[in-house]
Amino acid sequence: MSPVILNALEVILNGLMAGVMYALVALGFVLIYKASGIFNYAQGVMALFAALTLVGFQTGQIPFAHLINAIFGTKLHHWGDGMNTFLAIILTMLVMILFAWLLEKIVLKHMVNQAPIILFMTTIGLAYFMEGFGDLMWGADIKTMDVGLPSGGSFWLEDFTRGWAAEGTEYYGMYIDVLDVWAAGIAILLVIALTLFSQYTKTGRALRAVADDHQAALTVGISLRSIWIIVWSLAGFVALVAGIMWGSKSGVQFSLSLIALKALPVLILGGFTSIPGAIIGGLIIGVGEKLFEYSIGSMIGGATENWFAYVLALAFLMFRPQGLFGEKIIERV
Amino acid sequence: MKVKLKSISAAVVAATIMATAVPAMADLTFPMLSYRTGPYGPNGTEFADGYADYFTLLNERDGGIGGVKAVTPECETAYNTQKGVECYESTKGQGALVYQPLSTGITYQLIPKVTADDIPMHTMGYGRTSAANGKVFSHVFNYPGTYWDAASVIMKHVSDMEKGDLKGKNIALVYHNSAYGKEPIRTLEELAKRDGFKLTLLPVDHPGQEQKSQWLQIRRERPDYVLMYGWGVMNQVAIKEAGNIRFPMDKFIGIWWSGSENDVLPSGDKANGYKAVTFHGVGTDYPIFDDIKKYVADTGKAAGDGSNIGTALYNRGMYAAVLAAEAAANAQKMFNTKEITSGQMRDGMESLKVDNARMEALGLKGFAPEINVTCENHGGPGLAAIQQWDAKTKTWSLITDFVASDRDIIDPLIAEDSAAYAKENKLTERECKS
Repeated sequence: MSPVILNALEVILNGLMAGVMYALVALGFVLIYKASGIFNYAQGVMALFAALTLVGFQTGQIPFAHLINAIFGTKLHHWGDGMNTFLAIILTMLVMILFAWLLEKIVLKHMVNQAPIILFMTTIGLAYFMEGFGDLMWGADIKTMDVGLPSGGSFWLEDFTRGWAAEGTEYYGMYIDVLDVWAAGIAILLVIALTLFSQYTKTGRALRAVADDHQAALTVGISLRSIWIIVWSLAGFVALVAGIMWGSKSGVQFSLSLIALKALPVLILGGFTSIPGAIIGGLIIGVGEKLFEYSIGSMIGGATENWFAYVLALAFLMFRPQGLFGEKIIERV
Repeated sequence: MKVKLKSISAAVVAATIMATAVPAMADLTFPMLSYRTGPYGPNGTEFADGYADYFTLLNERDGGIGGVKAVTPECETAYNTQKGVECYESTKGQGALVYQPLSTGITYQLIPKVTADDIPMHTMGYGRTSAANGKVFSHVFNYPGTYWDAASVIMKHVSDMEKGDLKGKNIALVYHNSAYGKEPIRTLEELAKRDGFKLTLLPVDHPGQEQKSQWLQIRRERPDYVLMYGWGVMNQVAIKEAGNIRFPMDKFIGIWWSGSENDVLPSGDKANGYKAVTFHGVGTDYPIFDDIKKYVADTGKAAGDGSNIGTALYNRGMYAAVLAAEAAANAQKMFNTKEITSGQMRDGMESLKVDNARMEALGLKGFAPEINVTCENHGGPGLAAIQQWDAKTKTWSLITDFVASDRDIIDPLIAEDSAAYAKENKLTERECKS
């Protein structure tokens, strides 16, 4: 096989993997939008906050140590060697549930039946608050995320595919990052679990009912406030998974909140209300931007991925304004 | 109730006044346009700590500079150009002697402002490279080295590794797709013409969390060396991706803004052997750190919690403060006054000389090359060294001496770019008395 075709295949494969990483972030947006009609601007910061908390627990960091030291003149840093990863994940999840509960008690309950733009503005405020709060709680330094997931190029795939190129051509085998493969596996499990939950459990059906019509759901006895706590907790869990995956790549730092930018074209393309849409949208964006960069990028100066993802999403939008899998909105006057 | 409201209002006003109180006029004011928050906060914090701690050391150990206390009011820019300009406007009236904007974007905005306000600006190893031409940029200083010096010194190191023969070699530049990241391109193109190597350009868009395309291309094309002009998360991701594709790390060399502990630690062992260019020493093996420990850290007066002392960016911030303090002392001597103005500070910077004997006296023997600023040359000596990361000991070490950049390539580029700036802004070059 020609190395050009093999390279294109490699680009597609890596595009699919990148797409899964984008989809992991997009999933959190979809969950909240589906259940409450809120476009959660804070989803990226939630991923950051969850990752900071996880590393903090893992390494035994004392929350608010800087603040305590500044007020009381102490020299607190860590309470010990930390804890094992599994326990740290469980505790982080509990923190995210607590966060969802507090959010509902303090903020969201005052927002019932407000216009979508007000809810959106609320999440903007929430994002800035959480960023500052995370900084105060865990510090602004870059932290290393290590939950035991392997990373690096796969030797097996490299060796397996090296012989595929025609003899005499220079080909080094196909590349894939093992961490991306893990991310893909986890994303698949996550989507299956979320789909089963929303289709086959009572709470899941209640979530969908609230998503369809707040008022109607209230009249049949569904507690809107409980549903919001559940859905924000779920989004917190998805944010934790995204934070682990992205944090393993770049370290846990405040740039992590910017991963939300990568989810936007995925949402435009896949639709704001579809869990499978987030995955398919992610894959299309991932493959599309990587193939464009590979084939045309170098001719026009490179670094095309950021803007091309949006161009691709907009192109889809022209034909399906609700996104590939989004629900068509028909409003009768 | 009315009385209560009045007292609360009075308290709030008093607190506001106290919070924004200007330093006493007798103080020497070195404002810090720092960034401790936002995506670049980890880097900004280390630099700011180093800058503040050195002035604290001078105050605690020597009673200040020439007997006058130094103060370092901070203004948070979050690495945002607009906020940086606001910080400048809000602090310049506090008797500011010199600004360190800590951002190329803020630097570009402040160049005309500082010139009009007669306040010098020190953009150490960043900003507009052609500001090295003091005839055009009277108030901007970028000693001891520029982006172009860095590119040249990196290529000298590459040339040494290749025993002086770069013909036919493929050198890739992975760069932040911004004005900063594009700075070395012109220099590298000139060097490529002279030395016969091929230059491959690989831009990475901000913030740089996703670089798969660039590193797949590097893996396919197998360049002999990869250079990097990155910042923030772009550095960490690039170093990790290089490790993932098993690119030889001793052939991956970054600019000094891609050479901090923050950049390599998240990659663990994979970062072992990574190199970066630097214009100052690394680590704490200099006598000055004993004093910082004794007078600053141990007395609880450190700007941070003390954990940053000795990191690459802390040392850079400290070195910036050393040079600012030396220039202030020089100005005090020149004008025979302890309370200098910003204009006098500028003159002090323009005639700053820091030789090896002075560096030794400061407790910084071998930390950085000698500096001799002149009216014509605000860019300093342009010497730099290469540092290498040891992932096992988690330390940087200098693996070369401080070597000179290719002046024959860089000086004409500085002249060309500064002339273009002068033309664009209708400026005439100053005359420099020799």
